[in-house]
Formats: sequence, structure tokens, C-alpha cells
Amino acid sequence: MTTTPTLERAAGGAFTGGQLLRGLPDAFRKLDPRSLRHNPVMFLVEVGAAFTTVLAIFLPVVGGSGALFTWSIAVWLWLTTLFATLAESVAEGRGKAQAASLRRTRTTTIAHRVDAYDASGDPAALRAPTSDIPSADLALGDLVVVAAGELVPGDGDIVAGIASVDESAITGESAPVVRESGGDRSAVTGGTRVLSDRIVVAVTSRPGETFVDRMIALVEGAVRQKTPNEIALDVLLASLTIVFVVVVLVLGPVAGFANATPSIAVLIALLVCLIPTTIGALLSAIGIAGMDRLVQRNVLAMSGRAVEAAGDVSTLLLDKTGTITYGNRQAVEFVPLPGVMETELVSAAALASLADSTPEGRSVVDLARTLRWNGLEPEGEVVPFTAQTRMSGIDLPDGSRIRKGAASAVLAWVGTVPEAVGAALATEVELISASGGTPLAVAVQADGAFRLLGTVHLKDVVKTGLKERFAALRAMGIRTVMVTGDNATTARVIAAEAGVDDVLAEATPEDKLALIRREQEGGRLVAMTGDGTNDAPALAQADVGVAMNTGTSAAKEAGNMVDLDSDPTKLIDVVTIGKQLLITRGALTTFSIANDVAKYFAIIPAMFVGVFPGLEALNVMRLHSPDSAILSAVIFNALVIVALIPLALRGVRFRATGAARLLRTNLLVYGLGGVIAPFVGIKLIDLVVGLIPGL
Amino acid sequence: MAAWLLVAQVATLVVLLAACYRPLGDHMARTFTSDHDLAVERGLYRALGVDPRAEQSWRNYLRSVLVFSVVGVLLLYVLQRAQALLPYSLGLPPVPEGLSFNTAISFVTNTDWQSYSPETTMGYTVQLAGLAVQNFASAAVGLAVAVALVRGLAARRSSTIGNFWVDLVRAVLRVLLPLSVVAAIVLLAGGVIQNFSGFQTVHTLTGGTAVIPGGPVASQEAIKELGTNGGGFFNANSAHPFENPSGWTNLFEVFLLLLIPFSLPRTFGTMVGDRRQGTAVLGAMATLYLASLTAMALLETAGGGAATQAAGAAMEGKETRFGVLSSVLFATSTTLTSTGAVDASHDSLTPLGGFVALVNMMLGELAPGGVGSGLYGLLVIAVIAVFLAGLMIGRTPSYLGKQVGGREIKLASLYILTTPVLVLTGLGLSFGIPALTRSLTGTSILNPGQHGFSEVLYAFVSAANNNGSAFGGLTANTPWLNASLGAVIFLGRFVPIVFVLALAGAFAAQAPRPATEGTLPTHTPLFVVVVVGTVVLVSALTYFPVLALGPLAEGLHP
Repeated sequence: MTTTPTLERAAGGAFTGGQLLRGLPDAFRKLDPRSLRHNPVMFLVEVGAAFTTVLAIFLPVVGGSGALFTWSIAVWLWLTTLFATLAESVAEGRGKAQAASLRRTRTTTIAHRVDAYDASGDPAALRAPTSDIPSADLALGDLVVVAAGELVPGDGDIVAGIASVDESAITGESAPVVRESGGDRSAVTGGTRVLSDRIVVAVTSRPGETFVDRMIALVEGAVRQKTPNEIALDVLLASLTIVFVVVVLVLGPVAGFANATPSIAVLIALLVCLIPTTIGALLSAIGIAGMDRLVQRNVLAMSGRAVEAAGDVSTLLLDKTGTITYGNRQAVEFVPLPGVMETELVSAAALASLADSTPEGRSVVDLARTLRWNGLEPEGEVVPFTAQTRMSGIDLPDGSRIRKGAASAVLAWVGTVPEAVGAALATEVELISASGGTPLAVAVQADGAFRLLGTVHLKDVVKTGLKERFAALRAMGIRTVMVTGDNATTARVIAAEAGVDDVLAEATPEDKLALIRREQEGGRLVAMTGDGTNDAPALAQADVGVAMNTGTSAAKEAGNMVDLDSDPTKLIDVVTIGKQLLITRGALTTFSIANDVAKYFAIIPAMFVGVFPGLEALNVMRLHSPDSAILSAVIFNALVIVALIPLALRGVRFRATGAARLLRTNLLVYGLGGVIAPFVGIKLIDLVVGLIPGL
Repeated sequence: MAAWLLVAQVATLVVLLAACYRPLGDHMARTFTSDHDLAVERGLYRALGVDPRAEQSWRNYLRSVLVFSVVGVLLLYVLQRAQALLPYSLGLPPVPEGLSFNTAISFVTNTDWQSYSPETTMGYTVQLAGLAVQNFASAAVGLAVAVALVRGLAARRSSTIGNFWVDLVRAVLRVLLPLSVVAAIVLLAGGVIQNFSGFQTVHTLTGGTAVIPGGPVASQEAIKELGTNGGGFFNANSAHPFENPSGWTNLFEVFLLLLIPFSLPRTFGTMVGDRRQGTAVLGAMATLYLASLTAMALLETAGGGAATQAAGAAMEGKETRFGVLSSVLFATSTTLTSTGAVDASHDSLTPLGGFVALVNMMLGELAPGGVGSGLYGLLVIAVIAVFLAGLMIGRTPSYLGKQVGGREIKLASLYILTTPVLVLTGLGLSFGIPALTRSLTGTSILNPGQHGFSEVLYAFVSAANNNGSAFGGLTANTPWLNASLGAVIFLGRFVPIVFVLALAGAFAAQAPRPATEGTLPTHTPLFVVVVVGTVVLVSALTYFPVLALGPLAEGLHP
């Protein structure tokens, strides 16, 4: 409809006419003044619409003229209100669909409650009597038995047993996950299905307050509380509205002094055009859509406040293992000792690792393959790794034996070595350790003689693309801190490689908590992820605590967000969404206020040009007639809401750059664009409206 | 007069103000942060029963401001009513009740709206002990409130924002008084009179006689300009040769108007520990000032009409000593500083020139604004600008590390609401109630049509913004205007101060968040643009309709 970059871009969004249609019934329902009352700006528009309608109806009775004009204004004011409610219902639409599918998982199931649980004698409750009750009647602390094929009746922790669980109802992930008693993987969620084995679950939430219940409430927007920034924005919008109400109220008598009293319909039209209807109409849709974007990324925020805080985060605590690195050490280099052919070392190390199914073992083979080693799994006896020997290896049928493991263990196995060889090995081991890696010594015994071959360099491998993401975070003013249990040397090497700003090495949960407190003391907002029970205090202390869905219920309870995919790097997405939410609000507010300039230039000359012909100079858009000018401004005011719905739902595009550049771009697009766009839009609408006879 | 003369005058002003910016700004910062009391100050504190080291919460600070001001109003009222009993009263009768009330409020609020002709109403004692004293006191109150807000921004988890009595005493003794002494001496040298000779009858060259007034003018003229008060010793104000004898005193008076308001950003920057922030505030003030000056100069020189063409320039109502452009310089400065002193009749500006004078006041007196009030006005606008801009970069907005949340936005919005609501309510009542409208059209309004409306509009805008200048032609000494303008002046001064001090308290209680790459930089030219845009947009949106019906309806021709 208009030509601003904003609107053009918005048209390309994932937003269909179907969504609008589906939202319509609900939009009409929301016209109920009782539900519109929470939005003062749009409530005022509705009152104006009703008032104008009454005026239009009684116009013939009192013998006034301009019925067509008054009716047109009334209709477009109703449409303005409807477009606002439509925006909200479209935003809620997606959440509603999601809630419906979640609700299906909440169907009442029969729970097998253990009546007399004997934790020591019969932990698996094999002999204990059970009674079958509806899941809705479960109480906190009840113990239930869930067997393969059954639905978990409520949120809880596994107290005995291990099972594979299908959590696709909640996470959308079809691969089953393993849940077992004890440790950090003990939580099960009501509504998920046990696929194998049998578990005993202690119920940790009352029916109606389960995780799924909370999810439903969240995605439906039922528990949407206004966030601090939303409240502040509401105050600003209310103040602007008050000023404009006063402006319009005073205009009557003041214009009366010049015998230029405008009609009430015109005054209402002016008021509606001036008050910030655009942002007023879209504000709640922006908030709902922001939460929805999180849900689409499988993150559940327990409050909008947390999402907003995510935008403000200035320190990000990231666990090393699993977040920054792949979680397992991988072989990166074979280092043969002097006088040993590299191929011999590669071959020995690979042979020793072929039967080793640990990630480390596989990585040795993978590295060997890249060096064109193409041996097959040999016949022979596999010697598994034990904590005592600290070695693993293989005894080949030809009698030769290969061992790899900690340097000291392998040295002990080999026995005496020439001094030069021992020194060379020690140097290499030290070098690898100093670089943050783990050295793995390899030795072979063939024909009764022991020979040290060299070392395999294992190291933590930083996930690809992280360095760039951290750089982007730094540009946004966010400091990343890597938290690890490793010693300081190792930690610093990984940190340098990943490009994080700071390291907390040999970290205990207490250290983590202390770090968060320290950062907050300095006025910084901290975000972190965690899954273990011992993460819970830190998760609770952090301003944004993202708990992994695989984590314990304690962790999930303590955090203010839950990541269903249990992907710690998603913290970065959360921050982006938080920022995007605020930017969208700010941009549309600026756009809305800037729009007023053009509307004044349309309406004010139209109102008074009859008495003061000189004011025609202000009619810079050269609009057709006073009536068409006012009506065009009202129509623009209504249509711009619809045009901006996609932008409100999708959010303003956000690029990770410094604040200054971001502000410049957004000011140009939404500030300057907001001044210019309505001049073009109103002119275009006027060209059409001007064709209507009688206006 | 050639345009180059205006350029030369502005250049001189810029050089003078730039030379004073650092020393005066830093001096004021030291004044309001120092732990040292002068002997005379200690004596004053003892007399007042004030512990100079005891800090006040914003509520107590506000209470002190209000108590001091209300007592000031009462004293000034009594002084005027008792005029007949006072020495050096030149035989003048007591000032009438309504007028005393209006004048007392007007001078205590730094407005100096004058519904009377001073030389025939106020004797020397009332002028010196009443009006001049309030010229110092009201300016000091403005400074104190501004400094309190700056302290709030600079504080860290503090429940207090300073001590009003200390700020007041120091503002008078260490800033206003020394500057006034120097300024008065310069004015004396320039020919401004200073005597107690009363009215003198002189024989003119043509053989007739004339009565000319005397008085201690230079001493009062200095603080009238320095304190952005604007209440003239004579009715003609700075158009009177005894107040403003020559071209260069005219320029010097403009310099005095701008001196403190334009130096306060330095004080602000120094006190918050980041001088670049002060420079940005200065940048916003200077941008608005220069834009307005240019606009008025262009509009006044282009002024049309038969009389203008006959005279060669829009000289009606302007002093031949100053000419059009010097009058424009003075008019711009006086309306942008909440001073209200005039060296030409603003009623006689061309309609569109008068439009600029009106808009200057509508901006909210913040470019650079009154002493103190300009700085706090601009900082409040900066808070609003920070809020919008802060959201647009995706963070909870913060200014100088202090968050702008619901409470802060509420206070800033209320501040910005106050003046327009006062102006518009005044206009609405004036033109909405037939009896009042009759009083206006019958007695007050001199000119017919929309110019008459502009006179009333100007009066309310000037009163609500505590400017005090008048669109001559309006007879304001009527019950309705004395009462309504008095009320508007009072509320226009103290309601915003309530919000400013509450804002200071809200900011002071916060712990600042450190600045990062992701926080909004508030010292850049871009931020200056945002602030200027916010100022213009907020006032334009509020006043566009009444401006269209006033000066625009009059000034735009088909």
C-alpha cells in the first residue's frame, strides 16, 4: 500500500492471508469493550467509533449534512479497532494450535500408585501393592509405577529404574531419550511415553501445575504479564494519548473563536489519527509473537520478563563441555618418536582403537583414515580400558600386543627404555599438555621386545562457527565467560581457541554462583545454561537461566527458561530474540509517533481552510478536498496496522552490530521512514477516495 | 542592517560563551560538589539552623524548595502591599492585591511576567529588596533543582540528592552574586544608570519639559539577564535606553542571558564524570538555538506588508538603535532562555517571526533554557529520547547507566505533559466559557481576529513556560488573566520541579550499569539528533493545531 522499505520487507514475511481469516472470529470477539479495556489507546478508538456511529445515525434526524462522510469515518474507525484485535488474535493463533496439540497429551491416564513403598527392600516396587487411580487425583510425593507403553501420569523424578522415553509430544524430537534414577537425567515429564523397561517415579507437581500445563498457558498467552519495558511504554503511550485528548478538546472552543468550529466527527477523526494507534494496536501482538518465536526454537520462557532480560544480558556464562567443545576429546595429531615411521605409529594406534567404541577411540581411527590408513578390524583379543591399568589395546593373533594410554601407564608397561627415548617422550607429553591437550602414548610388544612408538595428541575440539558467534556477541557488547572444571592451562588454551573473553577454571558450583553475584554487583545482567541439580542455585541467581530439558527438575525449577532441545548454544538465540522484541516495540512506537506529522498536514488545513484560505499552504500533499483529506488520513491510520502485522509478528530484522549502527539504521527506517511514509500513503489513498462522488 | 552584522554578533557571542564554558562550568561543578564552606556560608547555615553536611532525600529536598518559594511569595506580597510605609518608595501607593499576588508569584518562579508598568508602580525598596532579591533566589532555586537531578544521575544507590539550603546559598554567593557584580560594572560602563534620584523634570531641547525616571538600574539589570529573569526596571524593559543604551550593551545583555544556561552542560558533564555527555547536551541546545535564530532572522527580514515595504524593513515596534537583526537576536535569546526580557515588542514581530518566538517557548525552554530549568528540561527530554532510542537497539533503555523504566518514564512523561496541559486548559477555558471570552475580547485583546488569539496564546505559553515575555497589546491586568496566568505560572514552575526531583530520587537509588558496546551511546552526534528530534516532535505535535489557528492563520496567505 505504501512504499516504505518496512512495509515492502514485511510483505515477504511468513504470513498468509489464511492466518488473517482464521483470526477474524476471535478478532470480533475481542471487540468486546470489557476485553479491550486493558488497551486504553484502542479502547478510546472504539469509543470514538461508537460515538461517530451514533452521530451518523442521528445526522438525518437533526438535519445535518455530510452523512456519507460521517458514515465513512465511523466504518473506518470500527475497522481500525478490528485490525488491532485482529493483530492480537493472529499472534495468538499459532500458540493456540500448539496448545491444542499439547492439550492432547494431557488426557487423563490411569496411574499405578504404589501404596506402601519400601525404598530399601523393594526399590523397584516389584512386590509392593499398587492401586489404579486417575492421574488427576495424584498428590505431590506420590510414587507411581510406569511400564513400557504407558504414559507418564505426571511430572516427577525417577527413583528407581531406567527407561527409554518418547518425549516427542513436548520436544517434537522423535528419537527416544534415556531417563534413569539418580544423577542429572532423572526427570520425566507428564504426558511423555515410556517405550521400554519399567520405572518408579516420585510425583513432583500437582495436577494442573505440571510442565505441560505451564507450557499450554504460556503458548496461549493466558499468563502473559506485562514486562517492565512494556509497562514503561504503556505509560508513555498513555501520556501521549492524554495530551492529544486535551489538544482535541481545546480545539473546539479555540476554533470557535474564529468561527471555524469543526464537526464532532472531524474532531474524533483527528484524535484517532493522533493517538498512537499503530503501536497501541500491535503492542500485545509483538509480545505474544516474541514468546512464540522462542517456542518455535523450542525454548520455553517462564515469563516475558525473562525474555526481556535476555536482551539486556551483558555476560554470558557458557559451560565448556558440550557448549563450546564437542564434549569429547578427539585425536588431532600423531607424533612419532625419533626413529619411528609415522605410518607405523598410525597403524598401531588405529589397530588398538578399532574395537574401542568410545568417541576418543573412534576419533583416532577417523584421523588415521584421513592419513590413508585402511586397515580392517583385526582378529584378536581386545584389552578394554580400566581405571587400574589406564590403558587399552589389543593382542593380535600373531602374538604382538599394542597398548595406548596415559604416558606413565604405558611407560610402566614397557619397562625400561633408552634414556633418549624416554626424554623425547617426556618432552612431547609436556608439549601436548601445555597446549591444553591430552597425550596418549602408544607402544607395541612384538617378538618379546617392547617399543615405544610415539604419542597421539587428543584435544577438546571447539565447535565450528562459535568463534564468529562470540565475535558477534562482543560487537553487541556481551562478554562470554567459559566455565570449566579443567585446570587453568587447559582452560585458557580452549578459551583462546574459541575466542571467549574470560575463563572460570576448576570451577565448582559455588564458584559459578560467586561469579554471577560478582557480575551482578557490577550492574551486569548474567545469562547461563545448566542442567544438573548443583547448577540450580546459579540458575536461580542468573538473570536469565536456561535449564536443559534433559536436566533435573531442580534445575528446570530454578531457571526461568527451559530449552527443550537441550542445546546450550541456543542461549545466543535467546539473547537475539530478546533484543528483537524490544527493537520491534521501539521501532513501531517511533514509526507511530512520526506518522502524526503527515496526519496533521492532512487534517489541520482541511479543518480550517474554509475560514483561513491561507492554510491551504499547509496542504502540501495537495489532497482532493477537506473531506477526502480527513478520510484518507483515517484510512491510512487503519491500513497501516494491517500492513505492519507481519512485521510485528516476525520482529524487526536484527543484526549483531554495535548499538550506534543499529540505532542509525532503525532511526532512518522507522523514524525518517515514519515521517515520509504517511505522506505518500495518504496521497495515494486520497487519489482513490477523491474519485468517490460527494467527498 | 546587513546580515553580516548579525553574523558578527553571533560569532562574538560564540567566542565569548566558548571562552566561559569551561571555567564557569567547572566552577559551578566545584561549587556544588565541594565540601568546603565559606565563613559567611557557615554563618548563614547557623542562622537557618541547617546542617550543611546533612543530605536530603528527594522528598525533603522538594519540601525545602517549596517552603522557601512559598515564603518568598508571601514576603514579596507583603513588601508590595506595605510599599507606602517603606523608604525610597517615591510616594507610590501600595500595589493592588491582585497585582501583588500575580507579581509575587511571577518573580518567585523566575517568570517575571509584569502586568504593570514598573516605574509608576514599584518604588526602589520593592525593586531592590523584593524583586531583585527574588531575581537571585529564583535563579538559585533553578540551579539547585538542576544540580539535584545531575546528582541523581551521578549517584550510586543513594537515598539522598544533596542539601537544598547548601545548593541555594552556594548558587547565590559563589555563582550569581560575583557574576552580577562584574556584569553590573560593565553595564554601568556602557551607560546603564545607577542612582536613587527618583523622578526628575528636565527641560528638553525643544523647550518643553519631560519627567525622566532614575533608579538603581544597573545592579538589577545584571541579575535580570544573568538569572534569566527578565523583569524590567522600566516598562519598556531592555528597549529602554537606561536599561540598554547601545548596540554593544544589547549584545552584552544577550551574552548574559545565555551565559549560565550554556555553561551548565559542562557542569553536568563534569559532575557525572563524562564530559562528552555535557558536550552532547550543549550540542542539542546549540543546534536548536542556531536553527531558531536563523529561522526568525529569515522570516523577519522577509516580512511582507505595505508598512514594511514603505519603511524598508519590519521596523514597527523595534528600536532604531538596534534594528531588525539585533532585535531578532535578542528575541530569540529571550524566548529560548525563559527570560522574557525584550528589546523590541514581540507583538510587532511579523506574524511568522512571532510564530518562531512562540515555538521557542513551546519547545519547553531548554535551548538553552532558564538558569537550571533549561538543563533539567533538556535532561528530561533526553530521558524520553533514550527510552525510544534504547528500545530501538534492543536493550532496556538506560541513561548514564541508569535504567529508564516505568517509574522514570512516568515522571518524565508527566513533566512533559504539564506545560501543554496548562497552556491548553487555559486557552480552553478562556475561549470555552462565554463570560471569559467576553472579558478577553472586551478588555484584554487589542487586535482583532487571529492576532488577538495569538496574544492570548502567547500569554499562556509564556506563563506556563515561565518565560514572562508578553505579546504586547494584551491587557493582562484583569481578574481572569491575573488569576489564571498567576495559577499557570505557579503550576508551570513547581509541578515540573516535583517531577524532576522525584526523577532525581529514582535515578539516585539505582546502581549504574556499566556501558558496553551494546549500550546506547549518549555522547554522539547521532544522539544529539535524536534529542533535537524528540524536542521538536513533542512540541510540534502538541501545539500544531493552536499554532495553525494563531500565527499561521494570520501569516500564511493564499
